[in-house]
Amino acid sequence: MRRRDFFAAVGGGIAVLLVDDAGAQQGGRGGRGGQQMPQDVGAWLHIGEDGVVTAYTGKVEIGQNARTSLTAAVAEELRVPVASVRFIMGDTALTPFDGGTAGSGTTPNMWPQIRRAAATAREMLVDLAAQKWNADRASISIANGKATSGSHTAGFGELTLGQKLIKTIPANVPLTPATEWKVAGTSVPKITGREIVTGAHKYPSDTKRPGMLHGKILYPPQFGAKLASLNQSAAEAIPGVKVVREVLASPRAGFGGDVVGVAAPDSETAEKAVAALRAEWTPAAAQPSSSDVYAYFKQNAEGGPAAGEGLVTYTIAYIAHVPLEPRAAVAEWNEGKLTVWTGTQSPFGVRRELMAHFQLPEESVHVIMPDMGSGYGGKHQGDAAIEAAILAKAAGRPVQRNWTREEEMTWAYFRPGALIEVGGKANPDGTIAAWEFHNYNSGSSALRTPYHVPNAHEQLHQTKSPLRQGSYRCLAATGNNFARECYMDELAHSIGMDPLAFRLKNASNDDRLRAVMEAAAEKFGWASRKKTPNHGFGMAAGFEKGGHVATCAEVSVTNGAVKVLRVVEAFECGAVVNPEHLRNQVEGAISMGLGGALFERVEFAGGKISTNRLSRYRVPRFADMPVIESVLVDRKDLTSAGAGECPIIGIAPAVGNAIFDATGQRVRSMPMAPQGLVRAASGAV
Amino acid sequence: MANIRELDVNGTRRRLDVDAGRTLLSVLREDLDLTGTKYGCGEGQCAACTVLVDGQPALACSTMVGEVAGKRILTIEGLAPAGKLHPVQEAFLEADAMQCGYCTSGMILQAVALLRSHPNPSDAEIVTGMNGHICRCGTYPRVVRAIHAAAGKGGRA
Repeated sequence: MRRRDFFAAVGGGIAVLLVDDAGAQQGGRGGRGGQQMPQDVGAWLHIGEDGVVTAYTGKVEIGQNARTSLTAAVAEELRVPVASVRFIMGDTALTPFDGGTAGSGTTPNMWPQIRRAAATAREMLVDLAAQKWNADRASISIANGKATSGSHTAGFGELTLGQKLIKTIPANVPLTPATEWKVAGTSVPKITGREIVTGAHKYPSDTKRPGMLHGKILYPPQFGAKLASLNQSAAEAIPGVKVVREVLASPRAGFGGDVVGVAAPDSETAEKAVAALRAEWTPAAAQPSSSDVYAYFKQNAEGGPAAGEGLVTYTIAYIAHVPLEPRAAVAEWNEGKLTVWTGTQSPFGVRRELMAHFQLPEESVHVIMPDMGSGYGGKHQGDAAIEAAILAKAAGRPVQRNWTREEEMTWAYFRPGALIEVGGKANPDGTIAAWEFHNYNSGSSALRTPYHVPNAHEQLHQTKSPLRQGSYRCLAATGNNFARECYMDELAHSIGMDPLAFRLKNASNDDRLRAVMEAAAEKFGWASRKKTPNHGFGMAAGFEKGGHVATCAEVSVTNGAVKVLRVVEAFECGAVVNPEHLRNQVEGAISMGLGGALFERVEFAGGKISTNRLSRYRVPRFADMPVIESVLVDRKDLTSAGAGECPIIGIAPAVGNAIFDATGQRVRSMPMAPQGLVRAASGAV
Repeated sequence: MANIRELDVNGTRRRLDVDAGRTLLSVLREDLDLTGTKYGCGEGQCAACTVLVDGQPALACSTMVGEVAGKRILTIEGLAPAGKLHPVQEAFLEADAMQCGYCTSGMILQAVALLRSHPNPSDAEIVTGMNGHICRCGTYPRVVRAIHAAAGKGGRA
């Protein structure tokens, strides 16, 4: 859209468009803007002639409370109550392009952009008030949604009535410093809290459209199996059932390209119809299983495996995100144009997938992302959206395609498994003499040690994955930080040094890392911890996505049963945006991280996932929870960083080190105790 | 199987015409537009679909509508009928006991039932009573806190 057409889309009033500088937006820029908006704009904000404040961002709300933090940003800079700000998020027709809600990027990237847009709108209101009252700009104050000068006072709507003002600003407008924040930096309650506790909030899977059918897909019996023949007559004989066959423009890993699905009046009839399809499949070639996948990683490493000697081996299992709301989409076609409501961290990415599959131009595909039931990095792709759109097109009616739990835990993607090899040596004075670290398959997040190490050799080895894999909360840092921090513990023990003192000594270059370690240790009582039989204490630290974390854990091990009793985690991510929501993220990351640490693992063989249900895949529950205490290190002098991911990386190594302290046994696998602690051959340093 | 033509939901008799063998979950969500009750697993492992039937928690994904005809069904939409939040709902808000909120309706209804049988539950009683519920965002400690707080202000209301 041309800028002068802006008000045709949103109505009169005033608007601020924030031009995105290179790199301010994740996922690139150019040529993929919101349908109705200029291509180079990263965020915008509009104050209507009725005074209603509406802000727009391509970021989405998935439980991390971005809607609340961004709303607080507008309230802060525009001096309006939080309740008077409306936020449109993740709607490809209305919001600016965004590369995806990922990498803890909303706070460092979008949050300041929204604040700049709001700060600029505030100054525009001052200008309007000054003109209206023929008053000096300096005499005008903006507070509580009103402009005031002497005896004059006016709501925003009085100032914006009859206006069509648009201002484009660069991304370097000055902002209210953190030390002067009044709304930002406080615990603004969750914006949609009331809708959630009353059941009124509509998640993607709750979407309804008139005449909507329910869709289901026939999935292959194993990854890589090919459809050989199909008899659909029994399914088609069921009243109201439409059977659809189509080939995907881009085949999906494991699934292939043949889409066979049904649309039916209700979900149970759709299930019956899929069960009535008679398909024959050509089996896939042999595939590695979850027990031999680590050797497979090494055998298939590009450029051959590492040649290092004396390395110890850690294994990291594939795990599932298990968002409580599985993938979901509703698709509706109107005169060749497609609208899809779907749960995704990348509405613009899903639009791109839909455009590619249906060969449609940008303006013919509209993706809307209602605030969804979590993602944890697991909901970037548009599988459900494409399935819904294929079925809806064939059925000539809107179709809802809500995945089942089994589908979610089989046909989504997983956190990559990894083989990690680590070696090193500590000098008697507590410095590190040598350091070598190899990751096979899972990625480079936290591959580099934050400690001072001469001649570090750290390498990611690309290899083959038998499973479809993708991003997960803090990516490979979950595994890399586990291996590194456990091995740091091994090195500390090898020279008889306290693990905290050893880390502090080697983190002399990183004040922020030292600060969280000291804060966690103090709250935990690390120095005064008392060793008792079957109890152990462990700690770990790390740095990722702009955040610094340190975690101390106390465990008991009784007849192999590991119980995490208490966890203290200190976290620093610059100036704290919302203390209560930050604590909630830290606690939640610890809870989730406990699953990967102790018992979560995807088991597979012959191209089939056996852990495809919650009765076969254990996730943390109430009874697994330790006492959790968080320490927020608020650095008002530093830019705010995101917090959804980094707090997950401390818990697994802290627990692993505590298990060692309790038992003398070094567990070098995630999960560490899927069926309780098993005595293993020791390979201690 | 015979069809069910009426259900007592949230104090209202709802007319419908559905196969008695369908799940309460799909009928609530697809036929009665009561989408506050969530699908999480379909096998009673996550309790996101919890509703109250004659005051007792029931897993709507594993309950056939034929089993609940003539019984009083309470879903999350019926807990604050005149817009006044139930003390458990208020306590969940005050404790910020949610992130994505997808598990929240089931948690709240279970907590309402728990407080009826245990007006002042201990931590252990809350953990035992709530352990069937999964919060993948990990807000468990806050849910425990919210239930204690609701008990303190007469959560049986």
